[in-house]
Amino acid sequence: MKGVFEIPLTRGVRLTAVWDDRFKTGCLSATLLAPHTKKTASLNAVLPYVLRRGTARCPDSESLAAAMDELYGARIEPAIRKRGEVAALGFCADFPDAAFLPGRPDILSGTACLLGELLLTPATRGGRLRGDYVRSERQNLIDDINAEINDKRSYASLRLVEAMFRGESYGVSKLGTLADAANISPYALTKYYKELIATAPLELFYCGAEEPERVARVLREALASLPRTGTFAMPTTQVRAGFGDVKEKIIRETMDVTQGRLEMGFRLDRDGQEEPRYAALAVFNALFGGSATSRLFLNVRERLALCYYAGSTVDRNKGALFVSAGIDPDKFEEAHSEILAQLASLANGFIEPWELEAAKRGVISSLLACLDEPMGLEGLYLDRAILGSRPGPEEFAALCQLVTAEDVAAIASEAKLTHTYFLTAEADADA
Amino acid sequence: MLKKKEYALVGETAFTAETRSGLRVTVVPKPGFRKSMAFLAVNYGGADREFTLSGERFSTPAGTAHFVEHRLFEVEGQANALTTLSQRGANANAFTSPDMTAYHFECTDSFFENLRLLLQFVSTPYFTDEGMDRERAIIAQEIRMMEDDPEDAVYYALLRCLYAAPALREGVAGTEESIAAITAQTLRSAHRAFYTPRNMALVVVGDQDPRRVLETAEELMPETFAPLPVRVPEKPEGPLPLKMSGQRAMDVGAPLFLAGAKTKSGLLGRESVKFELTATLALSTLLGTASPLYRELYDAGAINETFGYDFENTAGYSQLSFGGETQKPEYVCMRVLETAADLAARGIDPAFFARRKKTALGSALRSAGSFENICYNVAAGGFSGYDYFDTVEVLNAVTAEDVRAFLAEYMTVDRCAISIIRKKG
Repeated sequence: MKGVFEIPLTRGVRLTAVWDDRFKTGCLSATLLAPHTKKTASLNAVLPYVLRRGTARCPDSESLAAAMDELYGARIEPAIRKRGEVAALGFCADFPDAAFLPGRPDILSGTACLLGELLLTPATRGGRLRGDYVRSERQNLIDDINAEINDKRSYASLRLVEAMFRGESYGVSKLGTLADAANISPYALTKYYKELIATAPLELFYCGAEEPERVARVLREALASLPRTGTFAMPTTQVRAGFGDVKEKIIRETMDVTQGRLEMGFRLDRDGQEEPRYAALAVFNALFGGSATSRLFLNVRERLALCYYAGSTVDRNKGALFVSAGIDPDKFEEAHSEILAQLASLANGFIEPWELEAAKRGVISSLLACLDEPMGLEGLYLDRAILGSRPGPEEFAALCQLVTAEDVAAIASEAKLTHTYFLTAEADADA
Repeated sequence: MLKKKEYALVGETAFTAETRSGLRVTVVPKPGFRKSMAFLAVNYGGADREFTLSGERFSTPAGTAHFVEHRLFEVEGQANALTTLSQRGANANAFTSPDMTAYHFECTDSFFENLRLLLQFVSTPYFTDEGMDRERAIIAQEIRMMEDDPEDAVYYALLRCLYAAPALREGVAGTEESIAAITAQTLRSAHRAFYTPRNMALVVVGDQDPRRVLETAEELMPETFAPLPVRVPEKPEGPLPLKMSGQRAMDVGAPLFLAGAKTKSGLLGRESVKFELTATLALSTLLGTASPLYRELYDAGAINETFGYDFENTAGYSQLSFGGETQKPEYVCMRVLETAADLAARGIDPAFFARRKKTALGSALRSAGSFENICYNVAAGGFSGYDYFDTVEVLNAVTAEDVRAFLAEYMTVDRCAISIIRKKG
C-alpha cells in the first residue's frame, strides 16, 4: 500500500483513495448516507435498483451491459447497507486493472463516468424516473421482502430485531415494510431522489493502482453536475441507555422446518462508536461467540453438540449483542441456558488468559487480512466515514492489545437479555 | 526441485515441486501482502463411496468423506487443531465437495507454525470411538440446516432429476440415517485409502519463501508409498435426465426453480477447462444480464436479480443449470430453451460475442486475484491435469462456433430437467 488519501471533492463529497498496486481489480464506490427510518427504508432500498435500470445515455439493461462489457466486465452493483440507523445506499464497482488488459485501456475513467451517469442522469420520462422501472423495481422489492422467509436464520434474526427495537428505527429491516414498499410511486421516489442527491453526504471510495490525484480529477469530472444544497449533516443512530431490570420476552413461531433457529438479543449500556470502547467490544465478541475459540463454539457446539452453528455479533452503532444458533427443536431450554451460563461466567470474571489472548489475535488478524482486500477496505472506510474520523487499522490493533479481562467482564455484565426468538418445527408447537 | 514458471497474461509466478513421497506443492508468491493462505487438498470427496485398496473392496455410507473432515481436526493428546489454529489468530476451516476435501487457513503471522500443524493433523488421523456420537449430532444439525434451505432443496431436487447414481444425487454430508452407520473404523479405512501424499496437493499463496514451504512439507508428510485407491465406477449415466421434473412445497416467499442438463462426462485436463469456459460463455451469451433474453424476461417481471446460471464439473460429471425466483418457472424455462434453439440455428452475433469475451477475460482476472480461488483451482487443476494460470490463454481460443455448438447440443428440450420449489399452502 502506498498510502490512504482523504480528498474533499466538493461540498459534502469526500473521496477516500487507497493507493495500492497489489491488486488485479480496482474498486470504486459511491455511497449516499441518509437516515434509516420506517418512512425512508423502502425508498432507500429501491432507489439504487431503479437508477441501475438505465441512464439517459444507456436507457436499458442491454445498453448498460454493453457499456460494461467494453470495460472488460466492470461490475457496478447497487448496494444498500444499514449501519445502526444510517442507511448507506449507492453503488459498488469493481473492474480489472488496466495493466493486465490488451492496450491498457482507461477502465477507471470509463467506470467512473458510468457511475456518475447512474447517480446523476437516470433514464427519465417527463422529468420523472421512468414509471415502468419504478413499478418493476417496487415489485422486486416486495418480492425480496416476501423472500426474507427463505433463509430461516436471517429471517429469525430479522424478527428478533423487529420485536426488540419496536418503535425505534433500528427495528425496521433495511428493505422496509411491505406496506411502505407498496406505496412507492414514481412521483414520490423522484422527489426523494432529487432531495437526497442534493443534500446527503456522498462518500466515494477508490482502491487501486491509479494515483489519487488522478482519481480525484476523474471523479470530479464524472460528478460535475452534482447538485449541492444544504448542510450535509451526517445521520446518526439513537442509543437508548440504562436498561435496568428487564424481563426477557420469549417469542415462538412455528414453520415447516427441521431445525430450530434460536436468536437472543441483549442491550448494552452504551454503544461502541468511540474507541477504545469498540476495541473492547470486538475482543469481547470474539471471546464470547465470534470465533472458533469462543465460549459458544467450544461449549454449545463442541462440548454439548447442540448445534452446527452458534455465534454472536455486536452492533457497535446501536450498542446491542445478538446470539444465533441452529438447534434441535427439543433443545431450546438446554441451549438457551448454556448460552446464558457462558455469558454469566464471563461477567463473573472467569476468563482464562489463553482465551483472551486468542480473541485478541483473532480480531487483529482478521483486521489485518481485511487490508489485503479492496472490498474489505471499502467497508472499513465506510464505517469510519459514518462515525467520523477514527484511528486507522494499525492503531485500532494496538487498542485491542490493551483490552483486559476486566473490560470483557464489564461488557458481559452490562448485557441485558430483552428478547428471545425461536423459530421451530410445527409438530413441536405444543411441546 | 522447485520449478519456477511465470504467467505474463495474469501477472503471476508459481513455484511447483513434488515431495519425495509424491505430494504436489505449489507456492504462488504475493509480495507485499500481509495475509497468507495454505490449502491442503485431498483428491477424495462425497461422491467417492465405493473403492478398492490393494484389491480389497470398500463400500462406505453417504457422508463418510465429510465425517472424516469433521473428525480429522482431533489431535492425540493435544487440543483440537481448529482451536489451536484459531488461538494463534489464524482463520481456519475445511470443506468437502463431491470430489475434493480441503483443509485451509489464512493468517497474518506464525505462518510456518500453522503450516506444520496443518500438515501434521491432516496426515495423522486420531479417530476414537468416543466423540463419534457427539460429531454425529453436530453433523445432523448441519444436514437439517441445509434441508431447510430452499436453494439447497431446489439444487438437490435437480440433481435427483438428472442423475441415477446415488453418489451423484445426494449431498456430501449424507443423511441422518446414512451417518448413523459410520464408525471410527469407517473413517480409518477412508483415511488410509485416500489421504496418501500422492493423492494430495498443498497450495500456498502469500509472501512466503517457496523453498521453506517445500522443506516443511518434506519434513512433515509421511514417507509412505501406499498404493492408491481405485474408485469403483458408477454405472454410466446416459445423456438424458432420469426424469424431466421434480417439485415440492416449502415455506418460501416466492416460488423458485432450477433447470439444468447433464453435459460431458469424464472431462480431464486442459480439455475440461476449455469446455467449462465454453459452457460459461454460452450461458452468459444466452441468458446473462447483458443478453436480450435477460432484458425481455426482467422487463416483463418474469425474473428478478436472483436469476442466474452455473456450470459445474465435479466427480467426472458436468452439468449446466439456470434458475431463480419466479412466478412462472415453466414459462421462463421454455423461453430459455426456445432462445437457445434460435441462437443455435442462427449463430452468435460476432460483435456481441467479442464483448462477452472481454467480460470473460475480466472475470478470469478477477478470479485470479482471490487467494481462495487460486488455492482451489490450482489444487483441482493438479488432480485433473491442467494449469489454472493458463485459463486466459485457453479462453482466448474459444470461438463463437464452440459456443453455438454447445447450445445446440445441450440446451435442448429433451436434455433439460426442471426442479421447482412452490410456495406452501
